[in-house]
Amino acid sequence: MQVGLISLLDGLVYGMLLFMLASGLTLILSMMGVLNFAHASIYMLGAYFAYQIDQWVGFWPALVIAPVLCGAIGAAIEVWGLRRVHHNGHIAELLFTFGLVFIIGRGVQMTWGMLPMPYRVPASLDFPLFTLYGENFPAYRGFMLLVSAGMLLATWLLLKKTRIGLIIQASLTHPGMVSALGHDVPLVFTTVFAGGSFLAGLAGVIAGNYLTTESAMADAMGPIVFVVVVFGGLGSLMGCFIASILMGMIQTFAVVINASLLDVLKPLGVTLSGDNLFTEFMTVPVARIGALLPFVLMILILLFRPRGLMGTRDT
Amino acid sequence: MSPPNSKPKNTSGSTSSSTSRSAQGWIWLAVLIIAIAMPWAFYNTHTGRQSGFVVSMLSQMGMMTILALSYNMLLGQAGLFSLCHATFFGVGGYATIHFLNLAGDGSLPLPLGLFPLLAGLSGFGLAIVFGIMATRQRATAFAMITLGIGELMTTAALMFHHFFGGEGGVNSNRMIGHSLFGFKYGASIQVYYLILAWTVISALAMLFLTRTPLGRMANASRDNYERVQFMGYDPRMVRFLQFALSGFFAGIGGGLYAITYEIVTFDALAAPLSANALLMAYIGGTSAFGGPILGAVLITLLQSGVSLMSNSWLIYVGVLFIAMVIFAPNGVMGLIAAHDPIVRAGRFSQLLLPYGRVSVPGLIMVLGFIGVVELASFLTIGAAQGKTLVLFGHQIDDHALAPWLFAGLCLGGGGFWFSREARSFRRVWQGLMAELQTKRGLA
Repeated sequence: MQVGLISLLDGLVYGMLLFMLASGLTLILSMMGVLNFAHASIYMLGAYFAYQIDQWVGFWPALVIAPVLCGAIGAAIEVWGLRRVHHNGHIAELLFTFGLVFIIGRGVQMTWGMLPMPYRVPASLDFPLFTLYGENFPAYRGFMLLVSAGMLLATWLLLKKTRIGLIIQASLTHPGMVSALGHDVPLVFTTVFAGGSFLAGLAGVIAGNYLTTESAMADAMGPIVFVVVVFGGLGSLMGCFIASILMGMIQTFAVVINASLLDVLKPLGVTLSGDNLFTEFMTVPVARIGALLPFVLMILILLFRPRGLMGTRDT
Repeated sequence: MSPPNSKPKNTSGSTSSSTSRSAQGWIWLAVLIIAIAMPWAFYNTHTGRQSGFVVSMLSQMGMMTILALSYNMLLGQAGLFSLCHATFFGVGGYATIHFLNLAGDGSLPLPLGLFPLLAGLSGFGLAIVFGIMATRQRATAFAMITLGIGELMTTAALMFHHFFGGEGGVNSNRMIGHSLFGFKYGASIQVYYLILAWTVISALAMLFLTRTPLGRMANASRDNYERVQFMGYDPRMVRFLQFALSGFFAGIGGGLYAITYEIVTFDALAAPLSANALLMAYIGGTSAFGGPILGAVLITLLQSGVSLMSNSWLIYVGVLFIAMVIFAPNGVMGLIAAHDPIVRAGRFSQLLLPYGRVSVPGLIMVLGFIGVVELASFLTIGAAQGKTLVLFGHQIDDHALAPWLFAGLCLGGGGFWFSREARSFRRVWQGLMAELQTKRGLA
């Protein structure tokens, strides 16, 4: 039970973090049809910027400045990069963002070096919030939950209650019609791209000191975020949210489960002997294959429901 | 990278006339002869052997050529952006190691020369399984699924020790005592010729595939898949077959990798190699069949040359790649092909002066960029490795202002000058093109 509660909270923190990344990605993808490979790279940039600003002026200014910088970079990428390659088709856009991953990744290594950065939790948040069954729950994780929940609420209000949100929602499904009604659809695209990058940067700021700020953090996060987007389905923020929380839970709970496939089959009288690939597959504990599960889930959902959990259309 | 990028899309070389096709044939024959003769140009009479560095680089080029060509079956010919191509390369490699071990035990009496075929079949089998899942979708969704498959296989390779050997990988011995022509394959030069032979066979097979109805339908489903459906074809089936066959050829490449290095680790199927396949195919040029070959040779040269000198060679490749995506979507091969009509009209001499004018600021800009990148990387990565920047025998202090200012000025000033020259170059180019077009129209 005690493991369960702490894992539940950890899974929630991780899931919300995933959602901050995935929501921007899914908006960009559903609107522009561009799978932004560089999204996780911008998340990494957010963490590095936050570290640098934290060194100069402190954590709280960094919480605001770093995401704004990331948003500006996102807007620049959209205006000067994606629009130029747009007329060469979708594949060219994909390739462009793919190339950015290289440049941002290496650029970060060039500027800050290969070693992990000593980006720490601010002292004002470095205390245990409460104690559950003798285990501390750090205040910083509570803060992460607060920030991500606040962001979720703000995004939801922006999309559902404002005029800009209305246009963005309409551009999601009917970009041609929105354009015909006299709205500046390219500007909407830039706004969404900047907004998505802002969210990714913010995720980087609050995750950089919770996880580690290093040049591999984009590669570690990227694939999972894509899984979340595919799993949740295109054009649905709700699906994206459910998928994020689910993946967060799976990743944290898998670590504490020590059972294997064989343990499940044992009551049925299944026994195995020998030492080969099959027995290894059957006896490997879930804790060890936790990292595999999201990808297995993604392939399963694509087999049985290609448009994802709550997707409104095929890609 | 200055020619205009609004050229109509080339349908994989079919627009070139028959005369230029035979000329291309001669060029590729010359390339083959160079590839055969190259190791002997670096023959060391003292040791009685060819230079090990050259042979291993040429071997690498051969494998990468197969990988890039098979990748282009997806990207260039079928318009499928795959991110798990190394999976089939790697699995071909792992399978070959296990087959070699079986052969070493004496339970698989097969000559070594045919092992790449087994590797290819392993890649083919896996590509069939994954192809069923991935080729249901196209474009972006396809890219995402293949990304997932690639990650799945990389994580699996680190987890299951029996087949993949975990982080240490699996190893074997290629000298199994069976061979087709009596070679023992102890020396790496013999392995190189095996690689070369399989590269030529695979390249010819893939070239043949582009001329079959399947290859044509792959092109069609790339350009207009809805129309393919109207004509009664199933584009999904076309994608699936193309995917499975490209897995076959990638597997052959992996088999050669296993035979060369006698060890296969998860690097052989991880994402960086998949990305490499993409870079090679794209930089070389995806619209011409020979493009990926050129790309594989170029990137391997860069990899073995520049990566020795610079920590940040990947940033150069990345910038080159992005510049290609923006300015030259048909790759190096596309740039060369764009000059074809001008050369045939005998007007190339008119381009020499504009090229000269563009290349001076271009060179300054590139040097400035390299300067900034190297200064930055020596400040961080180099410092961590205890290296210092030495240029023409002078040690350069990367904390001082002067080198930074100089490099920055080269980059900024060169870039500004270059953009002006590029504009005038584009005018000359477009004028020449328009002139040739009206002439062709009159004739």
